[in-house]
Amino acid sequence: MSGLSLQDISMRFDLPNGSAVQALENVSLDLKPGELMSVLGPSGCGKTTLLNIVAGFLAQTSGKLVLNDHEIHGPDAERGMVFQKGALFEWMSVRDNVGFGPSMKGMPRGEKAKIVDHLLDVVGLQDFKEKAVYELSGGMQQRVALARCLANDPDVILMDEPLGALDALTREKMQSLVLKLWKETGKTIILITHSVEEALLLGERLIVMAPRPGRIHKEYRLPFAELGVGADLREVKKHPEFGPKRDEILAMIWDMEEEIMGRTEEAS
Amino acid sequence: MTGLFVLFIYVGIFVGSFFVVTKVIDRATAKDFTSLKTVTFGDESAVRPNRIAGVLSILTIFLIWGMFTGSSLLPKFLHAPGPFVGTLEFTYTAEADGQRDDGTVTVVIYPRDSETEAPEVDPGDGFAKNDSSAIAKWRTGLVRVDANDEIKKKDGAEVVAINGQPIARGETVKIENGTVTLSDKGTPNLAPYRGWQMEPLYLPAPETVWSRTLQVVSEGFRSFTLWEHLGYSLFRVIAGFLLGALVGIPLGYAMGLSDWFRGWFDPIVEFMRPVPPLALIPLVIIWFGIGETGKIILLFLAALWIMAIASRSGVSGVNISKVHAAYSLGASKWQIMRHVIVPNSLPEIFTGARVAMGVCWGTVVAAELVAAEQGAGMMIMVASRFQNTDIVILGIILIGVIGFGIDMLMRWAERLLVPWKGKA
Repeated sequence: MSGLSLQDISMRFDLPNGSAVQALENVSLDLKPGELMSVLGPSGCGKTTLLNIVAGFLAQTSGKLVLNDHEIHGPDAERGMVFQKGALFEWMSVRDNVGFGPSMKGMPRGEKAKIVDHLLDVVGLQDFKEKAVYELSGGMQQRVALARCLANDPDVILMDEPLGALDALTREKMQSLVLKLWKETGKTIILITHSVEEALLLGERLIVMAPRPGRIHKEYRLPFAELGVGADLREVKKHPEFGPKRDEILAMIWDMEEEIMGRTEEAS
Repeated sequence: MTGLFVLFIYVGIFVGSFFVVTKVIDRATAKDFTSLKTVTFGDESAVRPNRIAGVLSILTIFLIWGMFTGSSLLPKFLHAPGPFVGTLEFTYTAEADGQRDDGTVTVVIYPRDSETEAPEVDPGDGFAKNDSSAIAKWRTGLVRVDANDEIKKKDGAEVVAINGQPIARGETVKIENGTVTLSDKGTPNLAPYRGWQMEPLYLPAPETVWSRTLQVVSEGFRSFTLWEHLGYSLFRVIAGFLLGALVGIPLGYAMGLSDWFRGWFDPIVEFMRPVPPLALIPLVIIWFGIGETGKIILLFLAALWIMAIASRSGVSGVNISKVHAAYSLGASKWQIMRHVIVPNSLPEIFTGARVAMGVCWGTVVAAELVAAEQGAGMMIMVASRFQNTDIVILGIILIGVIGFGIDMLMRWAERLLVPWKGKA
């Protein structure tokens, strides 16, 4: 079976004081190639842990991860990652950042230059090719990060709040860009976000996770991502189902947060 | 006393020029963005060094230096009062066998470079004869007034007054341009007026230091030219620093990348770091002697821990997202080392190198002070033994200039080689 499959993933680690944290419990998921799934949840629900396990930066304590019929152990170029910020290499130009993956593979110069040029065109940074990344704005830096990830042609792209540090306007533009890239490249994407609107707009599938232990609470299949490709996202938000869905999920996360607060108050 | 006076003058110039420059001259200058900020007190970015103040600061140091050394570079009226030079007279009253007689003492105070004989004086009448003496400026002198008297001290004569003012042994009387103290043995001791200026022995005038500089440049010092002295010091610093960096940087990387290395070397590094390199000089001399080997090993030790700690924190300081990103872009461990960890740690290593070079430069001078055949430190040490204060000052200035130059060079290299410093 091709695609990404998470089978009964659990994550449990011991704290120095002797107690243990169950960060994830029996998380199972199947993603078909080309699916875009957004992940929401209150803080501490294990979404970043889950993403790090898929990326291979953490080893799950039990369960199995399968991508395209082989098990995942450790990080690999088949699973690209886009971070919130701070993951670009300041000592390299925009061009070298984007070309990092191909360089590591030892790709010939000409071939690499073609890929880099194409991707810089796609993300609209052709004019900034020779600039140092610290000279770019936050939005431009995230475009570089997206292009760098795509340059490696991964099967799965993992995004850990990639637009979280951007201002509202830039964020909207970037959301359109993510949808465009998803449609054009047909990549499987897992996107973690704190913004319910973003999760609705970008997630073809949306899972809401619950904390303690981290688990999948509810799953949705949504039409908005398809509608948003090449369209104005502000129009998509006027869709009759959009408002009610947003309110429903917000209330759900709100309740979970309340519960966490209540529990900590009891404990103290 | 003079010190307090110098402080007053310095503060006076500081405050005076502040008002003149900021309230009068600066009013007329153009306004850039920073000068339009209304909140400047507490806003560090609005505080820029005043260029005029910088120039005045340096001029003031030379001005005060010249004032209190009677420098020929300054017009005479700016000089602090100098020591008395010329002829000085006082009378003494001797008492013997119940009778008193006066004698006049004439003393020539001569500049040190033109030694002068005591002048011939008419002995006069009475049992106390007139005397004369010669004293170099800044010096004091006993005047054996009874030496030519008819009744000498050993025969019971006693000085009882100076210029008519009664005096006893151990007491002091003021006279024109000086003071006379009667010693415990009853001999008048003349201290001519010293003025406010420093003796060249303590502080030579700027032009003396300059002419000595030219002399040392052309003739060398202690069978080595000035450039050889400075070159030796620099060579030791560079050799010691390079060895320290060569060992320290890989050690720091290993400590930043491996549990075992970190555990093994942490106690050593953390223990050696607070030990001032100067404290190692005696041991290094015992083990390696006073030759080049000992000095380079000392500087190696001075640079080693600083470089190890700098590169360790350079490795630890790498944002984990960068390493993760590189792994998911398919980089191998070696590629991550080469393309992520090393460039990411370079800014820290440069900062460490600047500190290490500063420490090495300080340490080499100290080590040369203790024992050396040549070097900047040896130069000022030997000069001070022979009271060549001008060479000591020249040496201190050169050491400062070179230390400053090293730091500037490192900063320049840093800007050139790691432009991404502080940009993460």
